[in-house]
Amino acid sequence: MEKFIKLESFCVPLNMENIDTDQIIPARFLKAINKDSFGKNLFRDWRYNKNNEPKADFVLNDSTYNGNILLVGRNFGCGSSREHAAWAIKDYGFKVVISSFFADIFKNNALNNGLLPLQVSDNFLSLIFDKVYNNPKTLIRVDLANSKIEIIETGEFENFEINEYKKTCLISGYDDIDYLLSIKNEISEFEKIGSSSL
Amino acid sequence: MINKSKTLFDKIWKKHIVKKIEGGPEVLYIDKHFIHEVTSPQAFEGLSQRGINVFRTSNTIATADHNVPTINQHLPIKDKLSKIQVETLRENCSKFGVELFDLEHKYQGIVHIIGPELGITKPGMTIVCGDSHTATHGAFGSIAFGIGTSEVEMVLASQCLMQNKPKQMRLNINGTLNKYVTAKDIILYIISEISSSGATGHFIEYSGSTIDNLSMDERMTICNMSIEMGARGGMIAPDETTYSYMTERVFAPKGDDFEKAKQNWTKLFSDSDAKFDKEYHFNAADIKPMITFGTNPGMGININKTIPYFENQKTEKNENSYNKALNYMGFKQGESLIGKKINYIFVGSCTNGRLADLRIFSEIVKGRKKAENIIAYIVPGSKKVEQQAKEEGIEDILNKAGFELRQPGCSACLAMNDDKVPQGEYCVSTSNRNFEGRQGEGSKTILASPLIAAVTAITGEIVDLDIFFISRSRPSV
Repeated sequence: MEKFIKLESFCVPLNMENIDTDQIIPARFLKAINKDSFGKNLFRDWRYNKNNEPKADFVLNDSTYNGNILLVGRNFGCGSSREHAAWAIKDYGFKVVISSFFADIFKNNALNNGLLPLQVSDNFLSLIFDKVYNNPKTLIRVDLANSKIEIIETGEFENFEINEYKKTCLISGYDDIDYLLSIKNEISEFEKIGSSSL
Repeated sequence: MINKSKTLFDKIWKKHIVKKIEGGPEVLYIDKHFIHEVTSPQAFEGLSQRGINVFRTSNTIATADHNVPTINQHLPIKDKLSKIQVETLRENCSKFGVELFDLEHKYQGIVHIIGPELGITKPGMTIVCGDSHTATHGAFGSIAFGIGTSEVEMVLASQCLMQNKPKQMRLNINGTLNKYVTAKDIILYIISEISSSGATGHFIEYSGSTIDNLSMDERMTICNMSIEMGARGGMIAPDETTYSYMTERVFAPKGDDFEKAKQNWTKLFSDSDAKFDKEYHFNAADIKPMITFGTNPGMGININKTIPYFENQKTEKNENSYNKALNYMGFKQGESLIGKKINYIFVGSCTNGRLADLRIFSEIVKGRKKAENIIAYIVPGSKKVEQQAKEEGIEDILNKAGFELRQPGCSACLAMNDDKVPQGEYCVSTSNRNFEGRQGEGSKTILASPLIAAVTAITGEIVDLDIFFISRSRPSV
């Protein structure tokens, strides 16, 4: 897995709540058998009209905004468990998604792909939205080792919560499978004693 | 004194912990892993890249459901990409030694329908699948939840997942249900009360007299939609209804083995003073037939009520998002949906694609005629459901009323196959999600029960159920 340590970037703001994974990557694009090139269909139906022309009013088509941080409203990634959503966001070029609340499965999927789901308070989220809408060149610094997010210009910051184990995985680029494979013997021993499987 | 009381969830979770990482997650053993064509190819590819096998093939079952056609399943799949994905599943299952209930296999069907009906799903188990509606299996008193493809790979590689124990929530529903209220209405009502994110971070236990009185098919409808509140899963303690359902299921234990298993299952309940992180109480009498008006399952109302004004509702916090949802649906705040013309209905999915659902639908359409404007997708959840529907005469009733029973698959729930709702069209759907474009680009989904879908299919519009059943009594046959 790709390592994540530190980032300074502009944000791409999408101030909507409850953005579900069907919007992030519609089901008709889930027919691939590899993980590549989902980025071109990220937010497909919000981004393109039915003639496949870019919709001018959608933020990914607005050259005012760019950067490696996707800024979104609460309950981001709800709905389907499709990991293709995390793959699409990552493949498009984002490295961090900032929201005040993430759906559980999306959060795990992002973490398993080296994409940081960064949860801030509702207040801090609106602050970043305000700053970015006022000045699209607002730089945000994300420091994973210190769990700190900062608006560089003003020095306003917040410490964010992240599972310590997952943080270590991201920083070292280590994934759960590496670990699970290393304890196969213990798993086999556990099976002999038996779980409640009947 | 330490409270030693345990919830149903605690009891099963504890039995499946292989080890705990200091200051980190727990290694959770998975008893049963269901896989399907859409979320597994990249996981198998990961195994190949690492040069490893499936750790426990006997704990793994595969089926093709998400993008399969629901007519002419004996013919090659026309859609090139769907065909490749189903063929990739075949190749992977054969290469790695995983049992596959393929198209045309007598056990094929939607993954969350076949597990329970074949007796593979059992109380006390941990069950996962690369699909968020895995919570369905929780109706049997198992810990069942959806996972992403990286996690599918983890389970294939080690039969385990690294998990932090979630918080727990209990939803108590007591009392007798009103007329025309089904399990679907119960769960749509609950979601409309606690919102589409109200249970995020939690595992739910459903309990109370209303739940006790539901059949297994109905309990599965409830647990199925736990994810629509953000919960990882939902579960119901097993009881005599559960055991009686499980008797004589193909893969369930038989005879003495069943009795022995049952002795263990009867220990699976939450202790009377067990603590939950959150608890809600609902009165069945408050639940009316429900429909959704927006673009997430929390945006639901009593079919006879008007769409709430933003300031009068409690689930949506962002006015822009609320208005965007209504704009997408073509609805207005304060508007009633009664009288809205509907051209599409879908009956099926892991939410409402079981025999009980087809029975409700057929009882209403029996002796009546499909409205001329209606295009209906009626899709059984599995080969067994299809077979039973034929044997019971349901297919015959449907045909006489102008409907067709299709073949099993996920179908128009997520429209990965050809069963799509066209741009701008409304569909009254028994599925689980009304997200924008879920049933096809530009489709507008109104979630409802099979009962409301049936009435809509006859009238071609959303109607007051009382008026329908009183004034449009069945023509004598």
